[in-house]
Amino acid sequence: MTYVVQAKNLVKSFGEVQALKGISFAVEKGVCFGFLGHNGAGKSTTMRMIYGLSTVDQGSLQLMGETIRLTPPHLKRVMGVVPQEDNLDADLSVIENLEVHGVYFGMGRREARKRGLELLDFMGLLGKEHANVEELSGGLKRRLVIARALINQPSLVILDEPTTGLDPQARRLVWQKLRWLKGQGVTLILTTHYMEEAAQLCDRLVIMCEGSILAEGSPEKLVKNHVQPYVVEVHLPAEQLPSNFDNRVQSLGAEASYIANGVFLFTADGAALWQQLGELGLPQHSCQLRATHLEDVYLKLTGRGDLGA
Amino acid sequence: MTALYILNRHLTVFRRTFWANLTFNFIEPFLYLSAMGLGLGSLITEINGMSYMQFIAPGMVASAGMWAATFECTYSSFLRLHYQKTFHAVLCTPTTVVDVVIGDIVFGALKSMVFGAIILLVIGLWGQVQSAWALTIPLFLVLPGLVFSLLGLSYTGITPHIDYLNYYITLFITPLYLFSGIFFPISSMPAWVQTFAWFSPLFHSVEVCRALVLGNITGSLWYHIAVLIGFIIVLAWVPVHLLQKRLIN
Repeated sequence: MTYVVQAKNLVKSFGEVQALKGISFAVEKGVCFGFLGHNGAGKSTTMRMIYGLSTVDQGSLQLMGETIRLTPPHLKRVMGVVPQEDNLDADLSVIENLEVHGVYFGMGRREARKRGLELLDFMGLLGKEHANVEELSGGLKRRLVIARALINQPSLVILDEPTTGLDPQARRLVWQKLRWLKGQGVTLILTTHYMEEAAQLCDRLVIMCEGSILAEGSPEKLVKNHVQPYVVEVHLPAEQLPSNFDNRVQSLGAEASYIANGVFLFTADGAALWQQLGELGLPQHSCQLRATHLEDVYLKLTGRGDLGA
Repeated sequence: MTALYILNRHLTVFRRTFWANLTFNFIEPFLYLSAMGLGLGSLITEINGMSYMQFIAPGMVASAGMWAATFECTYSSFLRLHYQKTFHAVLCTPTTVVDVVIGDIVFGALKSMVFGAIILLVIGLWGQVQSAWALTIPLFLVLPGLVFSLLGLSYTGITPHIDYLNYYITLFITPLYLFSGIFFPISSMPAWVQTFAWFSPLFHSVEVCRALVLGNITGSLWYHIAVLIGFIIVLAWVPVHLLQKRLIN
Protein backbone atom coordinates (compact mmCIF):
# COMPACT_ATOMS: atom_id res chain seq x y z
CA MET A 1 0.00 0.00 0.00
CA THR A 2 1.24 3.53 -0.81
CA TYR A 3 1.04 5.85 2.11
CA VAL A 4 0.83 9.63 1.95
CA VAL A 5 3.18 9.80 4.91
CA GLN A 6 5.25 6.95 6.28
CA ALA A 7 7.68 7.37 9.15
CA LYS A 8 10.04 4.72 10.45
CA ASN A 9 12.02 5.20 13.66
CA LEU A 10 12.03 8.99 13.38
CA VAL A 11 14.44 10.65 15.77
CA LYS A 12 14.79 14.37 16.36
CA SER A 13 16.97 16.09 18.93
CA PHE A 14 17.34 19.73 19.92
CA GLY A 15 20.65 19.90 21.73
CA GLU A 16 20.44 17.55 24.69
CA VAL A 17 16.67 17.14 24.40
CA GLN A 18 15.38 14.24 22.33
CA ALA A 19 12.03 15.47 21.02
CA LEU A 20 11.27 12.31 19.05
CA LYS A 21 12.57 8.95 20.21
CA GLY A 22 12.18 6.74 17.17
CA ILE A 23 8.51 6.99 16.24
CA SER A 24 6.88 5.06 13.39
CA PHE A 25 3.50 5.60 11.78
CA ALA A 26 1.82 5.50 8.38
CA VAL A 27 -0.96 7.69 7.02
CA GLU A 28 -3.21 6.31 4.30
CA LYS A 29 -4.68 8.49 1.58
CA GLY A 30 -8.01 10.16 2.34
CA VAL A 31 -8.07 9.55 6.08
CA CYS A 32 -7.89 11.89 9.05
CA PHE A 33 -4.88 10.81 11.09
CA GLY A 34 -4.46 12.30 14.53
CA PHE A 35 -1.62 12.90 16.96
CA LEU A 36 -2.88 13.15 20.49
CA GLY A 37 -0.63 14.24 23.29
CA HIS A 38 0.30 16.85 25.83
CA ASN A 39 2.37 19.93 25.02
CA GLY A 40 5.94 18.83 24.43
CA ALA A 41 4.94 15.27 23.48
CA GLY A 42 6.54 15.69 20.03
CA LYS A 43 3.42 16.31 17.94
CA SER A 44 4.47 19.67 16.53
CA THR A 45 8.03 18.48 15.89
CA THR A 46 6.57 15.67 13.78
CA MET A 47 4.35 18.15 11.93
CA ARG A 48 7.25 20.54 11.29
CA MET A 49 9.21 17.66 9.78
CA ILE A 50 6.35 16.85 7.45
CA TYR A 51 5.80 20.42 6.28
CA GLY A 52 9.46 21.23 5.97
CA LEU A 53 10.55 23.42 8.88
CA SER A 54 12.54 20.65 10.53
CA THR A 55 14.99 18.15 9.16
CA VAL A 56 15.00 14.43 9.86
CA ASP A 57 17.91 13.54 12.18
CA GLN A 58 17.60 9.75 12.05
CA GLY A 59 15.12 7.25 10.70
CA SER A 60 13.18 7.58 7.51
CA LEU A 61 10.33 9.85 6.46
CA GLN A 62 8.52 9.23 3.19
CA LEU A 63 6.10 11.74 1.72
CA MET A 64 4.02 10.56 -1.22
CA GLY A 65 6.47 7.71 -1.62
CA GLU A 66 9.54 9.96 -1.67
CA THR A 67 12.13 9.65 1.09
CA ILE A 68 13.06 13.09 2.36
CA ARG A 69 15.37 14.73 4.87
CA LEU A 70 13.80 18.17 4.37
CA THR A 71 10.52 18.46 2.50
CA PRO A 72 11.29 19.75 -1.02
CA PRO A 73 9.23 22.50 -2.72
CA HIS A 74 7.49 20.15 -5.18
CA LEU A 75 5.97 18.18 -2.28
CA LYS A 76 4.95 21.36 -0.46
CA ARG A 77 3.01 22.29 -3.57
CA VAL A 78 0.31 19.71 -2.71
CA MET A 79 0.25 20.51 1.01
CA GLY A 80 -1.75 22.95 3.06
CA VAL A 81 -0.47 23.88 6.50
CA VAL A 82 -2.32 25.21 9.52
CA PRO A 83 0.44 25.93 12.02
CA GLN A 84 -0.06 26.08 15.75
CA GLU A 85 0.34 29.84 15.84
CA ASP A 86 -1.64 32.26 13.70
CA ASN A 87 1.18 33.46 11.48
CA LEU A 88 -1.09 35.52 9.26
CA ASP A 89 0.51 38.46 7.52
CA ALA A 90 -0.46 41.37 9.75
CA ASP A 91 0.65 43.87 7.10
CA LEU A 92 -2.01 42.66 4.69
CA SER A 93 -5.81 42.59 4.60
CA VAL A 94 -7.80 39.36 4.81
CA ILE A 95 -8.13 38.89 1.05
CA GLU A 96 -4.55 40.02 0.42
CA ASN A 97 -3.36 37.31 2.81
CA LEU A 98 -5.03 34.73 0.59
CA GLU A 99 -3.95 36.34 -2.67
CA VAL A 100 -0.30 36.62 -1.65
CA HIS A 101 -0.29 33.07 -0.29
CA GLY A 102 -1.76 31.83 -3.56
CA VAL A 103 0.99 33.62 -5.46
CA TYR A 104 3.60 31.73 -3.39
CA PHE A 105 2.15 28.60 -5.00
CA GLY A 106 2.59 30.07 -8.45
CA MET A 107 -1.04 31.12 -8.91
CA GLY A 108 -1.83 34.30 -10.80
CA ARG A 109 -3.05 37.19 -8.66
CA ARG A 110 -6.52 37.14 -10.20
CA GLU A 111 -6.86 33.37 -9.86
CA ALA A 112 -5.70 33.57 -6.23
CA ARG A 113 -8.23 36.31 -5.48
CA LYS A 114 -11.07 34.28 -7.01
CA ARG A 115 -10.08 31.19 -5.06
CA GLY A 116 -9.59 33.34 -1.95
CA LEU A 117 -13.12 34.70 -2.13
CA GLU A 118 -14.48 31.15 -2.51
CA LEU A 119 -12.55 30.10 0.59
CA LEU A 120 -13.73 33.09 2.59
CA ASP A 121 -17.24 32.04 1.69
CA PHE A 122 -16.46 28.43 2.66
CA MET A 123 -15.07 29.47 6.05
CA GLY A 124 -17.85 31.98 6.73
CA LEU A 125 -15.60 35.02 6.36
CA LEU A 126 -17.21 36.69 3.39
CA GLY A 127 -17.71 40.38 4.14
CA LYS A 128 -14.42 40.53 6.02
CA GLU A 129 -12.20 40.51 2.94
CA HIS A 130 -10.99 44.09 3.34
CA ALA A 131 -10.57 43.95 7.11
CA ASN A 132 -7.09 44.11 8.57
CA VAL A 133 -6.01 40.82 10.09
CA GLU A 134 -5.50 42.44 13.49
CA GLU A 135 -9.18 43.43 13.56
CA LEU A 136 -10.29 39.78 13.52
CA SER A 137 -11.15 37.82 16.65
CA GLY A 138 -9.09 34.73 17.53
CA GLY A 139 -11.73 32.45 16.04
CA LEU A 140 -11.91 34.37 12.77
CA LYS A 141 -8.13 34.43 12.50
CA ARG A 142 -8.06 30.66 12.92
CA ARG A 143 -10.66 30.24 10.20
CA LEU A 144 -8.60 32.50 7.95
CA VAL A 145 -5.48 30.39 8.58
CA ILE A 146 -7.46 27.32 7.53
CA ALA A 147 -8.75 29.13 4.44
CA ARG A 148 -5.17 30.11 3.61
CA ALA A 149 -4.06 26.47 3.90
CA LEU A 150 -6.61 25.51 1.24
CA ILE A 151 -5.68 28.16 -1.34
CA ASN A 152 -3.66 25.68 -3.44
CA GLN A 153 -6.34 22.97 -3.28
CA PRO A 154 -4.02 20.63 -1.38
CA SER A 155 -4.39 16.88 -1.28
CA LEU A 156 -2.75 16.79 2.17
CA VAL A 157 -3.64 19.26 4.92
CA ILE A 158 -1.60 19.39 8.10
CA LEU A 159 -3.36 20.95 11.05
CA ASP A 160 -1.33 21.63 14.18
CA GLU A 161 -3.86 22.17 16.97
CA PRO A 162 -6.35 23.85 14.65
CA THR A 163 -8.97 24.65 17.25
CA THR A 164 -6.88 25.63 20.26
CA GLY A 165 -8.37 28.73 21.83
CA LEU A 166 -11.65 28.55 19.92
CA ASP A 167 -15.06 28.66 21.57
CA PRO A 168 -17.24 25.53 21.23
CA GLN A 169 -19.30 26.94 18.34
CA ALA A 170 -16.22 27.95 16.35
CA ARG A 171 -14.62 24.60 17.08
CA ARG A 172 -17.63 22.72 15.74
CA LEU A 173 -17.70 24.87 12.63
CA VAL A 174 -14.05 23.98 11.97
CA TRP A 175 -14.81 20.29 12.54
CA GLN A 176 -17.65 20.49 10.06
CA LYS A 177 -15.36 22.02 7.42
CA LEU A 178 -12.67 19.42 8.06
CA ARG A 179 -15.18 16.61 7.70
CA TRP A 180 -16.26 18.10 4.39
CA LEU A 181 -12.66 18.21 3.21
CA LYS A 182 -12.15 14.59 4.16
CA GLY A 183 -15.29 13.78 2.20
CA GLN A 184 -13.58 15.35 -0.82
CA GLY A 185 -10.70 12.88 -0.51
CA VAL A 186 -8.27 15.26 1.19
CA THR A 187 -5.90 13.57 3.65
CA LEU A 188 -5.85 15.33 7.01
CA ILE A 189 -3.10 15.09 9.60
CA LEU A 190 -4.14 16.66 12.84
CA THR A 191 -2.55 17.27 16.20
CA THR A 192 -4.68 18.05 19.17
CA HIS A 193 -4.88 17.76 22.90
CA TYR A 194 -8.66 17.79 22.80
CA MET A 195 -9.94 14.24 23.21
CA GLU A 196 -13.33 15.06 21.78
CA GLU A 197 -11.73 16.54 18.68
CA ALA A 198 -9.63 13.43 18.15
CA ALA A 199 -12.63 11.16 18.69
CA GLN A 200 -14.87 13.21 16.39
CA LEU A 201 -12.50 13.66 13.49
CA CYS A 202 -9.83 10.99 13.39
CA ASP A 203 -10.08 7.65 11.60
CA ARG A 204 -6.83 6.62 13.20
CA LEU A 205 -4.66 8.26 15.79
CA VAL A 206 -1.54 7.83 17.82
CA ILE A 207 -1.14 8.77 21.45
CA MET A 208 2.20 10.43 22.07
CA CYS A 209 4.05 11.06 25.28
CA GLU A 210 7.59 12.37 25.79
CA GLY A 211 8.58 11.83 22.15
CA SER A 212 7.26 8.26 21.88
CA ILE A 213 4.10 6.69 20.51
CA LEU A 214 2.27 4.80 23.24
CA ALA A 215 -0.64 3.43 21.20
CA GLU A 216 -2.14 3.57 17.73
CA GLY A 217 -5.56 2.72 16.30
CA SER A 218 -9.02 4.08 15.65
CA PRO A 219 -10.56 5.95 18.59
CA GLU A 220 -13.03 3.09 19.13
CA LYS A 221 -10.32 0.42 19.03
CA LEU A 222 -8.09 2.34 21.40
CA VAL A 223 -10.92 2.52 23.91
CA LYS A 224 -11.76 -1.14 23.40
CA ASN A 225 -8.16 -2.35 23.64
CA HIS A 226 -6.90 -0.24 26.52
CA VAL A 227 -9.75 0.30 28.95
CA GLN A 228 -12.86 -1.57 30.08
CA PRO A 229 -16.25 -0.26 28.91
CA TYR A 230 -17.13 1.52 32.17
CA VAL A 231 -15.36 3.59 34.74
CA VAL A 232 -16.27 4.82 38.18
CA GLU A 233 -14.50 8.06 38.98
CA VAL A 234 -13.91 8.33 42.70
CA HIS A 235 -13.90 11.93 43.91
CA LEU A 236 -12.07 11.26 47.14
CA PRO A 237 -8.44 11.94 48.02
CA ALA A 238 -6.37 8.74 47.98
CA GLU A 239 -5.66 9.02 51.71
CA GLN A 240 -9.39 8.70 52.48
CA LEU A 241 -9.69 5.38 50.67
CA PRO A 242 -10.23 2.32 52.86
CA SER A 243 -7.34 -0.01 53.59
CA ASN A 244 -6.54 -2.82 51.19
CA PHE A 245 -8.54 -0.88 48.59
CA ASP A 246 -6.83 -2.23 45.45
CA ASN A 247 -7.35 -5.87 46.42
CA ARG A 248 -11.00 -5.24 47.27
CA VAL A 249 -11.51 -3.55 43.88
CA GLN A 250 -9.81 -6.47 42.17
CA SER A 251 -12.02 -8.98 43.98
CA LEU A 252 -15.02 -7.23 42.41
CA GLY A 253 -13.54 -7.77 38.95
CA ALA A 254 -12.52 -4.13 38.51
CA GLU A 255 -9.17 -2.40 38.18
CA ALA A 256 -8.09 0.69 40.09
CA SER A 257 -5.92 3.27 38.32
CA TYR A 258 -4.43 6.25 40.13
CA ILE A 259 -4.20 9.06 37.61
CA ALA A 260 -3.05 12.53 38.56
CA ASN A 261 -4.87 13.04 41.88
CA GLY A 262 -7.89 10.88 41.07
CA VAL A 263 -8.89 7.23 41.32
CA PHE A 264 -10.50 5.51 38.34
CA LEU A 265 -12.15 2.08 38.70
CA PHE A 266 -12.36 0.42 35.28
CA THR A 267 -14.91 -2.38 34.95
CA ALA A 268 -16.78 -4.46 32.40
CA ASP A 269 -20.02 -4.20 34.36
CA GLY A 270 -20.62 -0.65 35.48
CA ALA A 271 -24.05 -1.24 36.99
CA ALA A 272 -22.79 -4.10 39.19
CA LEU A 273 -19.80 -2.13 40.44
CA TRP A 274 -22.04 0.85 41.18
CA GLN A 275 -24.19 -1.33 43.41
CA GLN A 276 -21.13 -2.69 45.20
CA LEU A 277 -19.55 0.67 46.04
CA GLY A 278 -20.77 0.29 49.63
CA GLU A 279 -18.67 -2.86 49.98
CA LEU A 280 -15.66 -0.79 49.00
CA GLY A 281 -16.51 1.80 51.60
CA LEU A 282 -17.23 4.46 48.95
CA PRO A 283 -20.31 6.67 49.24
CA GLN A 284 -22.13 6.92 45.88
CA HIS A 285 -22.33 10.71 46.11
CA SER A 286 -18.52 10.82 45.90
CA CYS A 287 -18.45 8.72 42.74
CA GLN A 288 -19.52 9.00 39.13
CA LEU A 289 -20.28 6.10 36.78
CA ARG A 290 -19.89 6.62 33.05
CA ALA A 291 -18.85 4.87 29.85
CA THR A 292 -15.13 5.06 29.13
CA HIS A 293 -13.85 7.25 26.32
CA LEU A 294 -10.62 8.30 24.67
CA GLU A 295 -9.55 10.55 27.52
CA ASP A 296 -9.51 7.53 29.85
CA VAL A 297 -7.21 5.74 27.42
CA TYR A 298 -4.94 8.74 27.28
CA LEU A 299 -4.85 9.20 31.04
CA LYS A 300 -4.29 5.53 31.66
CA LEU A 301 -1.48 5.22 29.12
CA THR A 302 0.32 8.41 29.96
CA GLY A 303 -0.53 8.46 33.65
CA ARG A 304 -1.03 12.20 33.52
CA GLY A 305 -3.98 14.49 33.92
CA ASP A 306 -2.30 17.68 32.78
CA LEU A 307 -3.12 17.70 29.10
CA GLY A 308 -2.98 21.40 28.72
CA ALA A 309 0.08 21.89 30.88
CA MET B 1 11.58 32.85 -9.94
CA THR B 2 9.80 32.09 -6.65
CA ALA B 3 11.76 34.94 -5.03
CA LEU B 4 9.57 37.21 -7.16
CA TYR B 5 6.58 35.93 -5.19
CA ILE B 6 8.19 37.20 -1.99
CA LEU B 7 8.88 40.50 -3.71
CA ASN B 8 5.23 40.59 -4.75
CA ARG B 9 4.27 40.31 -1.07
CA HIS B 10 6.58 43.16 -0.09
CA LEU B 11 5.32 45.37 -2.89
CA THR B 12 1.72 44.72 -1.81
CA VAL B 13 2.62 45.89 1.70
CA PHE B 14 4.63 48.81 0.28
CA ARG B 15 1.62 50.05 -1.66
CA ARG B 16 -0.43 50.03 1.56
CA THR B 17 2.16 51.87 3.60
CA PHE B 18 3.77 54.04 0.93
CA TRP B 19 2.90 57.45 2.38
CA ALA B 20 3.86 56.52 5.93
CA ASN B 21 7.13 55.10 4.62
CA LEU B 22 7.75 58.10 2.45
CA THR B 23 7.28 60.57 5.27
CA PHE B 24 9.65 58.73 7.58
CA ASN B 25 12.37 58.23 5.00
CA PHE B 26 12.03 61.68 3.49
CA ILE B 27 11.89 63.88 6.58
CA GLU B 28 15.16 62.86 8.19
CA PRO B 29 17.48 63.45 5.22
CA PHE B 30 15.51 66.60 4.43
CA LEU B 31 16.09 67.92 7.96
CA TYR B 32 19.79 67.10 7.78
CA LEU B 33 20.06 68.78 4.41
CA SER B 34 18.32 71.90 5.70
CA ALA B 35 20.13 72.08 9.04
CA MET B 36 23.61 71.27 7.81
CA GLY B 37 23.32 72.85 4.38
CA LEU B 38 21.76 76.11 5.49
CA GLY B 39 23.04 76.27 9.07
CA LEU B 40 26.58 74.98 8.80
CA GLY B 41 26.71 76.08 5.17
CA SER B 42 26.47 79.72 6.21
CA LEU B 43 29.72 79.31 8.17
CA ILE B 44 31.64 77.24 5.59
CA THR B 45 32.22 79.16 2.42
CA GLU B 46 33.60 76.43 0.19
CA ILE B 47 34.72 72.78 0.16
CA ASN B 48 36.73 71.44 -2.79
CA GLY B 49 35.51 74.34 -4.91
CA MET B 50 31.80 73.93 -4.18
CA SER B 51 29.34 75.34 -1.65
CA TYR B 52 28.74 73.30 1.49
CA MET B 53 25.17 72.61 0.38
CA GLN B 54 26.47 71.31 -2.96
CA PHE B 55 28.98 69.15 -1.10
CA ILE B 56 26.55 67.42 1.24
CA ALA B 57 23.50 67.13 -1.06
CA PRO B 58 24.71 64.04 -3.01
CA GLY B 59 25.71 62.42 0.28
CA MET B 60 22.14 62.87 1.48
CA VAL B 61 20.92 60.93 -1.55
CA ALA B 62 23.38 58.11 -0.86
CA SER B 63 22.57 58.04 2.85
CA ALA B 64 18.80 57.99 2.20
CA GLY B 65 19.40 54.83 0.20
CA MET B 66 21.47 53.34 3.00
CA TRP B 67 18.89 54.07 5.69
CA ALA B 68 16.02 52.72 3.60
CA ALA B 69 17.76 49.39 2.91
CA THR B 70 19.02 49.16 6.48
CA PHE B 71 15.66 49.69 8.16
CA GLU B 72 13.94 47.32 5.74
CA CYS B 73 16.39 44.47 6.29
CA THR B 74 16.78 44.94 10.04
CA TYR B 75 13.61 46.04 11.84
CA SER B 76 11.11 45.02 9.15
CA SER B 77 12.80 41.69 8.47
CA PHE B 78 13.11 41.02 12.20
CA LEU B 79 9.37 41.58 12.63
CA ARG B 80 8.67 39.15 9.81
CA LEU B 81 11.13 36.62 11.23
CA HIS B 82 10.28 36.71 14.91
CA TYR B 83 6.98 38.39 15.68
CA GLN B 84 4.77 37.91 12.66
CA LYS B 85 6.39 34.59 11.66
CA THR B 86 5.78 35.58 8.06
CA PHE B 87 8.85 33.66 6.90
CA HIS B 88 7.57 30.51 8.62
CA ALA B 89 4.28 30.79 6.75
CA VAL B 90 6.11 31.42 3.49
CA LEU B 91 8.32 28.35 3.96
CA CYS B 92 5.24 26.13 4.18
CA THR B 93 4.77 26.89 0.48
CA PRO B 94 7.08 25.87 -2.40
CA THR B 95 9.38 28.82 -1.64
CA THR B 96 12.78 28.32 0.01
CA VAL B 97 15.03 30.26 2.39
CA VAL B 98 17.03 31.43 -0.64
CA ASP B 99 13.81 32.90 -2.09
CA VAL B 100 13.02 34.61 1.21
CA VAL B 101 16.49 36.16 1.34
CA ILE B 102 16.47 37.26 -2.30
CA GLY B 103 12.99 38.74 -1.84
CA ASP B 104 14.07 40.77 1.18
CA ILE B 105 17.38 41.87 -0.31
CA VAL B 106 15.90 42.94 -3.62
CA PHE B 107 13.09 44.79 -1.86
CA GLY B 108 15.64 46.54 0.38
CA ALA B 109 17.56 47.61 -2.73
CA LEU B 110 14.34 48.75 -4.37
CA LYS B 111 13.48 50.90 -1.36
CA SER B 112 17.00 52.27 -1.42
CA MET B 113 16.46 53.27 -5.02
CA VAL B 114 13.02 54.83 -4.40
CA PHE B 115 13.99 56.86 -1.33
CA GLY B 116 17.31 57.92 -2.82
CA ALA B 117 15.41 59.08 -5.91
CA ILE B 118 13.04 61.14 -3.77
CA ILE B 119 15.93 62.95 -2.07
CA LEU B 120 17.53 63.39 -5.48
CA LEU B 121 14.33 65.11 -6.59
CA VAL B 122 14.46 67.36 -3.51
CA ILE B 123 18.06 68.42 -4.10
CA GLY B 124 17.21 68.93 -7.76
CA LEU B 125 14.39 71.29 -6.82
CA TRP B 126 16.82 72.99 -4.46
CA GLY B 127 19.09 73.66 -7.42
CA GLN B 128 21.89 71.36 -6.27
CA VAL B 129 22.04 69.07 -9.33
CA GLN B 130 24.48 70.15 -12.00
CA SER B 131 24.48 67.27 -14.46
CA ALA B 132 22.01 65.04 -16.30
CA TRP B 133 24.21 62.13 -15.17
CA ALA B 134 22.34 62.46 -11.87
CA LEU B 135 19.39 60.73 -13.54
CA THR B 136 21.39 57.48 -13.39
CA ILE B 137 21.70 57.70 -9.59
CA PRO B 138 18.50 55.74 -8.78
CA LEU B 139 19.78 52.89 -10.91
CA PHE B 140 23.21 53.06 -9.28
CA LEU B 141 21.64 53.03 -5.78
CA VAL B 142 20.61 49.42 -6.35
CA LEU B 143 24.25 48.43 -5.73
CA PRO B 144 24.76 50.05 -2.31
CA GLY B 145 21.14 49.12 -1.58
CA LEU B 146 22.01 45.45 -2.07
CA VAL B 147 25.12 45.80 0.10
CA PHE B 148 23.24 47.41 3.00
CA SER B 149 20.38 44.93 2.64
CA LEU B 150 22.82 42.01 2.84
CA LEU B 151 24.57 43.51 5.84
CA GLY B 152 21.29 44.30 7.62
CA LEU B 153 19.74 40.89 6.96
CA SER B 154 22.92 39.12 8.07
CA TYR B 155 22.84 40.97 11.38
CA THR B 156 19.11 40.24 11.70
CA GLY B 157 19.94 36.57 11.19
CA ILE B 158 22.07 36.49 14.32
CA THR B 159 20.36 39.02 16.55
CA PRO B 160 18.41 37.42 19.40
CA HIS B 161 16.18 40.39 20.28
CA ILE B 162 14.86 43.45 18.51
CA ASP B 163 16.67 45.75 20.97
CA TYR B 164 19.99 44.41 19.69
CA LEU B 165 19.28 46.04 16.35
CA ASN B 166 20.02 49.38 18.04
CA TYR B 167 23.63 48.26 18.40
CA TYR B 168 23.86 47.72 14.68
CA ILE B 169 22.47 51.18 13.98
CA THR B 170 24.49 52.98 16.66
CA LEU B 171 27.79 51.16 16.37
CA PHE B 172 27.90 50.41 12.66
CA ILE B 173 25.51 52.43 10.51
CA THR B 174 25.85 55.77 12.34
CA PRO B 175 29.69 55.76 12.19
CA LEU B 176 29.41 55.00 8.47
CA TYR B 177 27.00 57.90 8.13
CA LEU B 178 29.39 60.27 9.90
CA PHE B 179 32.71 59.13 8.44
CA SER B 180 31.98 58.32 4.80
CA GLY B 181 32.57 61.74 3.29
CA ILE B 182 29.04 63.12 3.46
CA PHE B 183 29.64 66.06 5.79
CA PHE B 184 33.35 66.69 5.24
CA PRO B 185 36.01 65.43 2.83
CA ILE B 186 37.67 62.26 4.01
CA SER B 187 41.04 63.66 2.85
CA SER B 188 40.86 66.15 5.76
CA MET B 189 40.68 63.34 8.31
CA PRO B 190 43.47 61.31 9.96
CA ALA B 191 44.91 58.42 7.96
CA TRP B 192 43.08 55.73 9.94
CA VAL B 193 39.74 57.39 9.20
CA GLN B 194 40.64 57.43 5.52
CA THR B 195 41.45 53.73 5.69
CA PHE B 196 38.18 53.07 7.51
CA ALA B 197 36.29 55.00 4.83
CA TRP B 198 37.63 52.78 2.06
CA PHE B 199 35.96 49.82 3.78
CA SER B 200 32.71 51.74 4.05
CA PRO B 201 30.17 50.90 1.32
CA LEU B 202 28.61 54.30 1.99
CA PHE B 203 31.86 56.08 1.14
CA HIS B 204 31.89 54.49 -2.33
CA SER B 205 28.20 55.25 -2.75
CA VAL B 206 28.74 58.90 -1.79
CA GLU B 207 31.70 59.26 -4.16
CA VAL B 208 29.68 57.94 -7.10
CA CYS B 209 26.58 60.01 -6.25
CA ARG B 210 28.65 63.19 -5.88
CA ALA B 211 30.40 62.59 -9.19
CA LEU B 212 27.10 61.95 -10.99
CA VAL B 213 25.42 65.01 -9.46
CA LEU B 214 28.34 67.26 -10.41
CA GLY B 215 29.00 65.59 -13.75
CA ASN B 216 32.61 64.66 -12.81
CA ILE B 217 32.61 61.41 -14.74
CA THR B 218 36.01 59.72 -14.51
CA GLY B 219 37.32 56.17 -14.69
CA SER B 220 37.68 56.04 -10.89
CA LEU B 221 33.89 55.64 -10.63
CA TRP B 222 34.31 52.09 -11.92
CA TYR B 223 36.66 51.44 -9.04
CA HIS B 224 33.95 52.40 -6.52
CA ILE B 225 31.37 50.36 -8.39
CA ALA B 226 33.72 47.36 -8.44
CA VAL B 227 34.22 47.62 -4.67
CA LEU B 228 30.43 47.63 -4.12
CA ILE B 229 30.03 44.60 -6.40
CA GLY B 230 32.82 42.92 -4.43
CA PHE B 231 30.88 43.52 -1.20
CA ILE B 232 27.79 41.93 -2.79
CA ILE B 233 29.71 38.86 -3.94
CA VAL B 234 31.38 38.36 -0.56
CA LEU B 235 28.18 38.86 1.46
CA ALA B 236 25.67 37.12 -0.82
CA TRP B 237 25.54 33.76 0.96
CA VAL B 238 25.83 35.02 4.54
CA PRO B 239 22.13 35.84 5.25
CA VAL B 240 21.04 32.64 3.49
CA HIS B 241 23.22 30.59 5.80
CA LEU B 242 22.16 32.49 8.94
CA LEU B 243 18.44 32.47 8.18
CA GLN B 244 18.56 28.81 7.21
CA LYS B 245 19.86 28.09 10.71
CA ARG B 246 17.16 30.28 12.21
CA LEU B 247 14.20 28.98 10.24
CA ILE B 248 14.93 25.32 9.67
CA ASN B 249 15.93 23.27 12.68
